[in-house]
Amino acid sequence: MSGEAFDVEKLIDAMAEFLDLPVESEYRPGIAGHLIVAHRIAQDVLAFETSDEAEPAPVYEP
Amino acid sequence: MNPMTDMTGAEIAAAVKAGKLTARRVTEAALARTESLNPYLNGFTAITSERALVKADAVDADIAAGRDPGPLAGVPFAVKNLFDVKGLPTLAGSKINRDLPPAVDDAALVKRMEAAGAVLTGALNMGEYAYDFTGQNAHDGASRNPHDPDHMSGGSSGGSGTATAAGMASITLGSDTNGSIRVPSSFCGLFGLKPTYGRLTRAGTFPFVSSLDHLGPIARSTADLSLAYDAMQGPDPDDPGCAGRPAEPTMAELAKGIGGLKIAKAGGYFTRGGMPEAFEAVDRIARAVGIEATLDIPDAQAARGAAYLITMAEGASLHLDRLRTRHADYDPDVRDRLIAGAMIPGAWVTKAQKLRRAYHDAVLKLFETVDVILAPATPCRAPRIGQQTMVLDGVEMAVRPNMGIFTQPISFIGLPVVSVPVWTEGEALPIGVQLIAAPWREDIVLRLAHHLEMAGVVSAPVANVQEM
Repeated sequence: MSGEAFDVEKLIDAMAEFLDLPVESEYRPGIAGHLIVAHRIAQDVLAFETSDEAEPAPVYEP
Repeated sequence: MNPMTDMTGAEIAAAVKAGKLTARRVTEAALARTESLNPYLNGFTAITSERALVKADAVDADIAAGRDPGPLAGVPFAVKNLFDVKGLPTLAGSKINRDLPPAVDDAALVKRMEAAGAVLTGALNMGEYAYDFTGQNAHDGASRNPHDPDHMSGGSSGGSGTATAAGMASITLGSDTNGSIRVPSSFCGLFGLKPTYGRLTRAGTFPFVSSLDHLGPIARSTADLSLAYDAMQGPDPDDPGCAGRPAEPTMAELAKGIGGLKIAKAGGYFTRGGMPEAFEAVDRIARAVGIEATLDIPDAQAARGAAYLITMAEGASLHLDRLRTRHADYDPDVRDRLIAGAMIPGAWVTKAQKLRRAYHDAVLKLFETVDVILAPATPCRAPRIGQQTMVLDGVEMAVRPNMGIFTQPISFIGLPVVSVPVWTEGEALPIGVQLIAAPWREDIVLRLAHHLEMAGVVSAPVANVQEM
């Protein structure tokens, strides 16, 4: 799915309600722009192959 | 030209210790220059004159009594306003934090600098909550680039760049999550050290992205970087991210030269997406050290993307409650990015952290064959203040989130970097080059930076701005 193929306005509506975040109308263009960029950038990350056993970087020392 | 404020920290400390200057005279000169220039350049948000003069007098008293005041005796320094300074609210560039009570103690690194004899002269302007590469601030105004005040200082440690380049302070401290020490160093023509992740304690500073946050010095000479860095090293149980390594002093290493060091230019990702001057600066350094070798840092673009997503998510997590209650008080550019960050999937962020470990392991293998990798610090020289977009490789993009395309893949895995300033004849503004080493090898990049400085290939002159 390309960065522009999803309905970013629907995403903002749903997530704002889910997170109980106030989203004023003047915030929406900026938020939408950042979500579209993040979606595009995420494709590089998601295409990176990792095994089922791959450990995330943060280390927790009990 | 002001002889005292043009001196480097190392020169000041030597003169103060030798009795040729008093710390009070140096401090008064730094404060006078700051009071004169700051209304225009806007690097400082607080000037701690009274405290500075008390400390300067204590340094002079030490010398009079035959006590060693420390390696930074009488050296004026200032800190990005996300460092706690006793008696000041820790703004972190925000309007919201102005409601906080004043800090009851100093940040750990402020204490370590003062224990080495340095004199704190104030707190510095910065991009709101450090989510910035421009040095612009919706509440305090932009910190200006002293070499051309119509241009950005770089961010988010913008005031640190402004104050150091203008000769208001010899050394400043900044933070670097994705490039916020290296970008202002590049734009303002300064030496900046982003140490290895976990090297310097962050206790007593306002965080941004804890798994990426670093602190470090910015200065006009490599000796000053080294002096400050050495004074600030050492374990600290108050920062869970501090690695706890014993101090590994670098000052005595600087003069060892670059004999035996294997150096290569970063290829691939680091050779596109920037203006020609970014790559010419790297080539200039490569020619100066006589190397042509290029080495590919694999998956750098994906690494930059992973750093971008982790920053969005961790930043949003830090601010989620405030975004509900104080959203109208944020810088709009920062607020919209943080809200978007709260809306991205956790699965992306976990994938980014898995990529991070794999990328870390692959890049560390590169250091089995080289000691230093050269890469651009920024894709271009400082844009004009207020410039919203730029065109890189024919693609128009926003300035604010994209100035870190070459710094993010490096700090993402915590590698130590010195950004060195390169000047081109006929150009008013400089551009930086990153010298990158394996983890914990700050000594190597400081040695190379010092060699280049001594050879006249890089330099950080005080900007020619007239005191009012």
